[in-house]
Amino acid sequence: MKNSVTWKIGGEAGFGIISSGSMLARTFSRAGYHVLVTNEYPSLIRGGHNLVTARIGAEKFESLNRDLHVLVALNKETVDVHKDELHEGSVVLYDPKDHEWNASDFPPSIVLLSVPFTQLVQDMKGEPVMRNTVALGASMAVFGVPFDGLAAVVRDQFKKKGQEIIDNNIAIAQAGYDSVKKNPAGNDSLFLSPVAKKDGQLLVNASEAVGIGAVRAGLKFAAIYPMTPINALITFLADHAAALGIVYKQPEDEIAGIMMAIGASLAGVRSMVATSGGGFALMVEGLSFAGMIEVPLVIDLGMRVGPATGMPTWTEQGELQFAIHAGHGEFSRIVLAPADAADAYSLTIDAFNLADRYQIPVFVLTDKYINESQWCVPASFFKEPVSIDRGKLIKEQDLPADGSFQRYALDTPDGVSPRSIPGMKHGQYYANSYEHDETGHVTENAGKRAAIVDKRLKKMTAMALDIQPPKVYGDEDPELTFVAWGSCRGPVLEAMKLLQKKGKKVRVVHFSWMYPFPADVTKKILFLKSRIIDVEQNATGQLASLIREHTGIEIIEKLLKYDGRPWYPEEIVEKVNK
Amino acid sequence: MSTVTADSFKTGFLPTWCPGCGDFGIWMSLKEALAKLGIGPDDGLLVYGIGCHGNMYDWMNIYGCAGLHGRALPLAQGAKLANHTLPVIVVSGDGDCLGEGGNHFLHAAKRNPDLTVIIHDNQVYGLTTGQASPTAKPGFKTKSTPEGVVDEPINPLTLAIISGATFVARGFAGDIPGLTQLTMQAISHKGFSVLDVLQPCVTFDKVHTYGWYRQRLYTLEKEGYVPNHKIQAIEKAMEWGDRIPIGILYKEEKPTSEDREPALAGGPLVKAFIGGEQREELLKEFI
Repeated sequence: MKNSVTWKIGGEAGFGIISSGSMLARTFSRAGYHVLVTNEYPSLIRGGHNLVTARIGAEKFESLNRDLHVLVALNKETVDVHKDELHEGSVVLYDPKDHEWNASDFPPSIVLLSVPFTQLVQDMKGEPVMRNTVALGASMAVFGVPFDGLAAVVRDQFKKKGQEIIDNNIAIAQAGYDSVKKNPAGNDSLFLSPVAKKDGQLLVNASEAVGIGAVRAGLKFAAIYPMTPINALITFLADHAAALGIVYKQPEDEIAGIMMAIGASLAGVRSMVATSGGGFALMVEGLSFAGMIEVPLVIDLGMRVGPATGMPTWTEQGELQFAIHAGHGEFSRIVLAPADAADAYSLTIDAFNLADRYQIPVFVLTDKYINESQWCVPASFFKEPVSIDRGKLIKEQDLPADGSFQRYALDTPDGVSPRSIPGMKHGQYYANSYEHDETGHVTENAGKRAAIVDKRLKKMTAMALDIQPPKVYGDEDPELTFVAWGSCRGPVLEAMKLLQKKGKKVRVVHFSWMYPFPADVTKKILFLKSRIIDVEQNATGQLASLIREHTGIEIIEKLLKYDGRPWYPEEIVEKVNK
Repeated sequence: MSTVTADSFKTGFLPTWCPGCGDFGIWMSLKEALAKLGIGPDDGLLVYGIGCHGNMYDWMNIYGCAGLHGRALPLAQGAKLANHTLPVIVVSGDGDCLGEGGNHFLHAAKRNPDLTVIIHDNQVYGLTTGQASPTAKPGFKTKSTPEGVVDEPINPLTLAIISGATFVARGFAGDIPGLTQLTMQAISHKGFSVLDVLQPCVTFDKVHTYGWYRQRLYTLEKEGYVPNHKIQAIEKAMEWGDRIPIGILYKEEKPTSEDREPALAGGPLVKAFIGGEQREELLKEFI
């Protein structure tokens, strides 16, 4: 019996690898297990090596680990690439038609389960792509779970395709299941511990979670040019636009995207853009414009490996400093970095409220790892009440009839002036890209220029009360403190658990609110006699630089990973022990 | 209700354009047109690009957004989608709209949003003191082309027609009554209206003067031209030299960008209530 297993399925693009991962995950999530699914694929549509990894646990966990219990190989390459990750008791499910593997090809004590994927599909008059369905059925047998769960997921998956397709897929999955059941090499060593069924567990990726959050926050307009890794957000918004009464527009480029979103925000609706680093590079002048005319704007920046086109389908945390410093001139902004899908949902709602409250751009800094991984989140989490704060959006009846309204009034303690919307009677003003006075009229007067700069930057101090301090996990008096941000939280928390099991006292300090940097509280938290290690998914330690800039604390030890793959907890532990 | 007149748009600031600049004619025609259409200072949004034309916002009392160079069209489209009952007019220049913003111009035409774009077309970058613009004709000597322009000029009219604009017209800044009429027609047209205005730059262009244009311009309408045929419109749009046509070159009725958004059928997005509503129906696909 196992409390946690890791399953991988690999094959060429076009083999249905990603959808089999989702179906397996859904089966276990519905049964009450905790699941996390990641994918790895090259930037192409056919061919190449595609891989889905699913970790399934009887209890909640925070990230993948280095286990590999079941490797489903839909081609020979999958075994070649992942052979070295196998360990004692690992099971390899393969098609003898791809390659006839022998025990001597592997490290000792792995179990080879030959499943005739191709033959079974042919026998049952299925399409070649349905080999993944055989593999799913076979996997259920390896994990010792009843077949019905998968059958129900297959039924839902193919609902739109008709009963015949559903029946055929179920029969083919059943054939895979049966072939493992009757295989003499099969055993019960990988059977999963039973769990109580939990109601309403959802599987969402962070892009979809951003979408759900945005919609609950009252998003009305989004202009998003397609780019990995935020495409799931486009699908989500476009699919639901008509029903939700929102407009999703595909712009001609990211420059147009951010300008459309700014235009919509100026005209009074909550709006957003989403992109990755390269697209955001094009948005930078628009960002500066939003800062200048003080419109609310939410930017989902899904980081991936750069510079330039980089490795488009792999993960990195390379744009923290870029998001903080992007844009010509100086203006206020907020940068938030969610750790997972649940966090992405909550922080997106916060982002819309903060953008309205301070009339500034707010970043939700996601990355490929969280945007394209599927996370288990209870449905109830998405049903919690959401409060909407539109800030100082003025009501038409409150505008003075004598025309004395000043859109950029300076006499506000927080730097935020009441905002009218074009079309409101007596609310006329200019949203001016040039430096301007209280009415929006252009000015180059020295005193007026300095005064309005002060007003715009005053917001940064005014928001002190909103700033969320880093979250602290683990031991009170640690010998080792990990510092991490955004999506590194999962692997670092798992690394902490591994070290604690060995008797180490460990603490994790995790940042989701990146900017304005929570300097004072960070100084207090990091003022301790502990070894401090900064863990990031980039090559230069951008959080460590930020901490030094704002607190003077220099973190010498840095664990930096920039090969496009998320951290494994074991990897962190090994490096700590070195 | 107070009546809107051209004076309703006074700001108390005086124009900083060169005396005799063609921008004056465009500005006066726009004020007249808005007044005649009953669009007052609180009733519409003018989106300006960057260039001499864009400085108009400072002496134009109506909701305004002075954007970034080249980006007026996407900004205007976002505003229009947020509130499609709001008249949105883009004031742009040849460099702004066809140089820096060329891609946006093509895509705006293809979408057919209910916007009007008034292009100040004078073949030069005036605000940066006289370099060639994308519409500059071959041989034209400017600060950036001392030996004369060698590239082919961009023709805003043919470009608009083939890209899908549903109202394409050319006006002349020296003919305020005629330009006022064209501006009114452009604003009233439901769809993407392109109004290219020939406008002498009295400081940096000593060739294309008011007189130069007056000798060549003729009014299409007077010659019985009917603006309902794309190929004929393209032929007319390409006429340049001894005779240069002004007036409406092409016009058709087509669904607008906003018409095609189901979310807008019930009214403008800006009027929709936001209250953090439960969205349980959205969660079903993730179970």
